[in-house]
Amino acid sequence: MSAIGRADLPVRSAGTQSQWQGTLLAATLCLPALLPLLVIATALISPETSVWSHLAQHVLPDVVANTVKLVIGVALIAGTLGTSLAWFTTMYDFPGRRWLEWALLLPLAIPAYVLAFVAIGFLDYAGPLQTALRSVFGSSAWFPPIRSTGGAILVLSLALYPYVYLLARSAFLTQGRRVLEVAQTLGHTRRAAIWRVSLPMAKPWIAGGVALVCMETLADFGAVSIFNYNTFTTAIYRAWFGMFSVHAALELSAVLLIFVFVALYLERRSRSGLRFANSRDMTREPPRFALSGPARWLTAGYALVVFLLAFFLPLLQLIWWTIQRAAQDLDARYWEFAMHSIVLAASASLVIVAASLTLAYLLRRPHTRFVKAAVRTATLGYAVPGTVLAVGILFPLVIVNNTLQDAMRVVWGSSAPVILLQSTLLAVLLAYMARFLAVGFNPVESGLERVTHSIDEAAVGMGVSGARLVRKVHVPLLKTSLTTAAILVFVDVMKEMPITLITRPFGWDTLAVRVFNMTSIGEWERAALPALAIVLVGLVPAAMLVRGNRHVA
Amino acid sequence: MKRLRFAGLHWLLLGSLALLVSCAPPPSELIVYSARNETLIQPIIDKYTAETGQKVQLITDDAGPLIQRLNAEGKNSPADLLITVDAGVLWHAAQLGVLRSIESPVLDANIPEHLRDPRKRWFGLTVRARTIVYSTERVKPEELDTYESLTNEKWRGRLCLRTSKSVYNQSLVAMLIAQHGEEKTEQIVRGWVANLATPAFANDTLLMQAIAAGQCDVGIVNTYYFGRLQRDQPDLPLKLFWPDQNGQGTHVNISGAGVTAHAPRAEQAQKFLEWLSQPQAQALFASLDLEYPASPSAKAVDQVAGWGEFKQSPLNVAQAGELQPAAVRLMDRAGYL
Repeated sequence: MSAIGRADLPVRSAGTQSQWQGTLLAATLCLPALLPLLVIATALISPETSVWSHLAQHVLPDVVANTVKLVIGVALIAGTLGTSLAWFTTMYDFPGRRWLEWALLLPLAIPAYVLAFVAIGFLDYAGPLQTALRSVFGSSAWFPPIRSTGGAILVLSLALYPYVYLLARSAFLTQGRRVLEVAQTLGHTRRAAIWRVSLPMAKPWIAGGVALVCMETLADFGAVSIFNYNTFTTAIYRAWFGMFSVHAALELSAVLLIFVFVALYLERRSRSGLRFANSRDMTREPPRFALSGPARWLTAGYALVVFLLAFFLPLLQLIWWTIQRAAQDLDARYWEFAMHSIVLAASASLVIVAASLTLAYLLRRPHTRFVKAAVRTATLGYAVPGTVLAVGILFPLVIVNNTLQDAMRVVWGSSAPVILLQSTLLAVLLAYMARFLAVGFNPVESGLERVTHSIDEAAVGMGVSGARLVRKVHVPLLKTSLTTAAILVFVDVMKEMPITLITRPFGWDTLAVRVFNMTSIGEWERAALPALAIVLVGLVPAAMLVRGNRHVA
Repeated sequence: MKRLRFAGLHWLLLGSLALLVSCAPPPSELIVYSARNETLIQPIIDKYTAETGQKVQLITDDAGPLIQRLNAEGKNSPADLLITVDAGVLWHAAQLGVLRSIESPVLDANIPEHLRDPRKRWFGLTVRARTIVYSTERVKPEELDTYESLTNEKWRGRLCLRTSKSVYNQSLVAMLIAQHGEEKTEQIVRGWVANLATPAFANDTLLMQAIAAGQCDVGIVNTYYFGRLQRDQPDLPLKLFWPDQNGQGTHVNISGAGVTAHAPRAEQAQKFLEWLSQPQAQALFASLDLEYPASPSAKAVDQVAGWGEFKQSPLNVAQAGELQPAAVRLMDRAGYL
């Protein structure tokens, strides 16, 4: 059934040749992330002391405190929202459950900065809500200010909870309801069974989701700058654009990365050695648990409120702005923008899921410390502020390009063809890999923990091994995780701006580039059109995901 | 595992080749890196192409990454022209050596001296003022005077500001330093912060909406943001005030351009820049975002002209860049977030 405990599986001996291949593979796959991280790290070698003493005295104390508050707040709220909603929708039946189950994923398609802008436009002093309150009560001074720490935490939580929801859902689906039933037959109450069996069993997924949320929060610039809430990221941008010190910006990024590395290391250590295994027998999966009358409606109400706040109301606002301000911007080019977005997002999710799967397998086999470190490094890019990572990726690409170009000039003289490696689709994909590997890797790795070595042994016993073992046995078992990973990467790439902006080939404008074009001149209402298009194009994969999982639900 | 990997390798190589083919930029097209928004520049590019037949490729991004990119690409950069907003940013680009100085009698004649680089590496093309906006319901224009007069106690709890992260505020404070020195400027900024009605806003539009809604009474904004809001809501109870008319004059900033240091098509780039400085192009360029043309012989659109004549600060806008790091530190010290 299921086993939770220290790893006691026999370590299979591995040949030195396959060890070497693994090392090489891990090194290659972590290269796109490693190079920009090295660019950032080199800044630490020669610190710019005058900027640092200023930052240490006037900027860092606030910025560190703000960042810690924000990350803890968002992790707690997004973690709670995501886990509880995943629990309710997979275990219980309540009114509206069937559509809420997939509708709760949709906020994934709304970029956090869009949600932030909508929230401030609606809830701030000059917004319609407080204006209405003032016309009724004469004053709205008692209304809590949205441009505050609490407001920023709330908005980021609503924007990011789907990461946890999606991963936790995948855990609860593959773990099945039978686990609870068994725990209850062993004398636990339902509540005790949840806390002592179901949640611990889902821990790798929940932790993986919360880790993604934390990294995304640390790297966020768009949303916090709309709140004018100062974090590490805003300090990095200020050092760069305000004080013209790229160096100080890189140093700050490096310090941020050290924090992230330590946090990830601790998270890993807390669950190292645990193995989670489960073989589902879907034909005998018990029906969803029934809820009492009031509890049914409370659960439905809770899920509905989250859906309304995180998706439906912002969507209405976007539609309203589009009709009012942006409709005239819609022209034939939008097909092209959408196509570019889809091609980039789809090929990125293909490449990144394949890379994630490879890395997860390398970790599953007996591996060296080097491989482990390489895999961890490969997933760090998600916590680096987008623009910093974009420039960090650009530097090595340009160096390679210029070296090649110079070599070609030596060979062919002035008739050498001009190359521009840094704005090719290959560059875009490598850059996305540096940024989004964590998004693909976390679900795949959690999923692979469910595939026990005994399954492998059984398969090998029946003569299925090597690539066939992966294709015939693992991939079907990993279907939920792989789809989750693919969708997350797809939607994240659709929303991504700084990397797309700097590495896109000539003429390759995407929907996100359109959003940038409007928001960078403060025309937020006109950005509603491309934002809406991102939501619509993002809905398709989200719907696909849930349909793909229906048979399990 | 082994077979799987080798099959994958083939595809990877094939795929990479396909991905590389799409990269070569057409050699005859002018390549422009622009941090000025695409919608505010494409129409004028289209006009230029229609008039001269010269095709132009536009790559838009934020100024920071674009300048780093130019710098990294060095002599292999495909870019011919850098267009961006804010004098400080242009100064920084020139400082990094990514722009070349150009001798052009046309540009010298069309663009006033205080709106271009003293060493001729960049030229202002459009002008925006960063000025005072006030509520016509609660403030009389006689009550207003200079930027520093907003530190007066009568504005306690009535002032709204945009964040100090805005490059426009950084340039404004830099120019105040140029005018008054650091010590006095720090007092001014502290005085503003003490008068704030609410934490600083992320953008000028939110700030003006707050004044209209009654959260505060005065603020400091760029003219074109006011213009856009006025265009959408003509009965807005807000007006612009030109500060410091009896002294130095109102602070102006620019959007501008420079030919890149390693431009493969430098001559064509200079031609385009000269064309942009001529009155007809100037008028169109400035009208796209309700700005003032840099060339005095071109006219602003009626809506903009309707805000009245004002005296511009004659200080060279290049100082905004030179003093910007000092301005940022000063605002940090003064607790202006």
